[in-house]
Amino acid sequence: MVHIGEQTESGHLHVAPESKEPYAADVLERLRAEAAVVMARYPQPRSALLPLLHLVQSEDGYVTGRGIELCAELLDLTRAEVSGVATFYTQYKRHPNGEYTVGVCTNTLCAIMGGDQIWERVSEHLGVGHDETTPDGKVTLERIECNAACDYAPVVMANWEFFDNQTPESTTQLVDDLRAGKAVRPTRGADRVCTFKEVSRVLAGFPDGRADEGPGAGPASLAGLEVAHEHGWTAPGGDGAADDQGDHQPEATSDTLAPGRHSSSNDEANAPDEVPGDAAAPGPAKGAGE
Amino acid sequence: MSTTLTPILTKFWDDPQSWSLQTYEQNEGYQALRKALAMAPADLVQMTKDSGLRGRGGAGFPTGMKWGFLPPPDGGPRYLVVNADESEPGTCKDIPLMMAVPQFLIEGVAITSFAIGCNHAFIYLRGEVVHVYRRLLRAVEEAYAAGYLGKDILGSGFDLEVTVHAGAGAYICGEETALLDSLEGRRGQPRLKPPFPAVAGLYARPTVVNNVESIASVPPILLHGADWFSGMGTEKSTGFGIFSLSGHIKRPGQYEAPLGITLRELLDMAGGMRDPNKKLKFWTPGGSSTPIFTDEHLDVPLDFESVAAAGSMLGTRALQVFDETTCVVRAVERWTDFYAHESCGKCTPCREGTYWLKQILDRLEKGEGEEEDLEKLLDICDNILGRAFCALGDGATSPITSSIQYFREEYIAHLAGGGCPFDRDASSLFAKDNVPA
Repeated sequence: MVHIGEQTESGHLHVAPESKEPYAADVLERLRAEAAVVMARYPQPRSALLPLLHLVQSEDGYVTGRGIELCAELLDLTRAEVSGVATFYTQYKRHPNGEYTVGVCTNTLCAIMGGDQIWERVSEHLGVGHDETTPDGKVTLERIECNAACDYAPVVMANWEFFDNQTPESTTQLVDDLRAGKAVRPTRGADRVCTFKEVSRVLAGFPDGRADEGPGAGPASLAGLEVAHEHGWTAPGGDGAADDQGDHQPEATSDTLAPGRHSSSNDEANAPDEVPGDAAAPGPAKGAGE
Repeated sequence: MSTTLTPILTKFWDDPQSWSLQTYEQNEGYQALRKALAMAPADLVQMTKDSGLRGRGGAGFPTGMKWGFLPPPDGGPRYLVVNADESEPGTCKDIPLMMAVPQFLIEGVAITSFAIGCNHAFIYLRGEVVHVYRRLLRAVEEAYAAGYLGKDILGSGFDLEVTVHAGAGAYICGEETALLDSLEGRRGQPRLKPPFPAVAGLYARPTVVNNVESIASVPPILLHGADWFSGMGTEKSTGFGIFSLSGHIKRPGQYEAPLGITLRELLDMAGGMRDPNKKLKFWTPGGSSTPIFTDEHLDVPLDFESVAAAGSMLGTRALQVFDETTCVVRAVERWTDFYAHESCGKCTPCREGTYWLKQILDRLEKGEGEEEDLEKLLDICDNILGRAFCALGDGATSPITSSIQYFREEYIAHLAGGGCPFDRDASSLFAKDNVPA
């Protein structure tokens, strides 16, 4: 493993001196022009900070000292304010990142479906641990949290493209191919996995023309639709067919209720857990991730 | 089996170019927007209230009511912010929706913006799904080119700008006020409420924050009517929703159905358990933040009221199903690691509490704890629940308290046996392939 940058035990960003080397004049000019495009998307320029940090990573491969300085200058913030944001989010790298970030989901569902075995095998195969990079600078390995593809578990992400239904073998093959410089195609995504810098540029909001590549949906996404097709099920009024709604929707309440039944959404059972002007009472737990 | 699936948002996900504007227009796309622009905005808000649509992001707050909370126009900007930060463990509906048919969301954004008087809307997408970001950027580009976004939309005089914003990896940004802070270029930490976003949201202006699926449901409701929508589902949980099945089942995936369907019905449709000889052990009705259920709850109607009455929450309809090969202590330990990792650090109960929960669960799973640890866990949970700054802390306690409620003996067995009694390879996807660990 290599640690080119510096990071303190507590995880604070400690920027390596060489990352403060000024940008070449032409690079700086281009970055400023692109930053202006990003900032113009928002009513207030500070909103551009997250995409600008992605833009810094697209140039430098991680969040460099000079990148922080540039963001601070452009947005009229202190460097500390920019660093504070950069260290909050896991996609911002605090030291030089590999050309490919390979993330193995080890959140509960994927872990149980085999993500733990994948993680162990790949980590051993590459000889690196979490947030560490292979000596050739090709692959940075990560344990990642749920990436919203649980129906394809266990899931591996390579530069934030989906690799579905993975096994220890398929993932070691994936990292071997990436290290060998072969073009690798994700299960659902672009035709090939782009580099970390290329992907960071997309995340800054600069399209790479690959939106039309790859499928619209994978097999699991279509599972319910296929069952519906097999049984000839449609939504009421779907396809203009004369659906017998009573048959399709036995749980629907009777249509004979008088108009105004929808005031049910205003009754006590549906009382808002947050109402402007009310004192904030601790509400029931809800999906914070949503 | 009585209930059937109702493909609406998922109806043409199998089209080879499902994400293109052309495909969308061939499937009634943007007809609802034309209809909306000829209506009074207040009527659109009323229609949404009448439909009974409740937020699809987990909390189930009535969507139309949320729109109605905005103060009267004062001449300044008002914002719509779409929460596309889908990160709740188990939840995987918005990401495939935006990958397959991003135009549903864009049309919903245009209609909602018109209804609430917004001229600049934002879609906050989690940053870890680059291809979905590409699809959204392209969808917005196509909608601008066709005149569905931009200046004087379809000759109506209504202007709307849409910015698609990529986050950078933080579960907490799914909390609506943390999302707003993040969108303003700050660390994503929740805000004190009140003021609520409806009064002082993005840039301290009146703001509506809605989930992707909520907004995507607006065009079909407008096109087919509030009664059509409320004809599906139950009286208080109207309409349809995408149910995401994952785990130890034959055909995991997305199943769009009326609210009130049961897991037994869904499992039937999905081919049953992966191995029919292995019993269902536990499942989450709506992601890891909702207390777990067991096979006793297979017939609980999956609507907001029934799930709550049975002691959990409908959440995001993220049905993670685990069979008897699964160690519940291991599952809960991993979820707890997640909450500790994602706690933003702003409030003490959540920051410190999740840290200690994680330590204790780690030693319990290894069989190194003591029986008193279970009481300690419950005590810490009691000190987090209702005392944390936002719902993340509350969510962290759900898997722990519910698993101790249903599986206390399994925790004890770890202590008695000095370790985890389960063979973890048996629960993996490739169990049958006989892969050495």
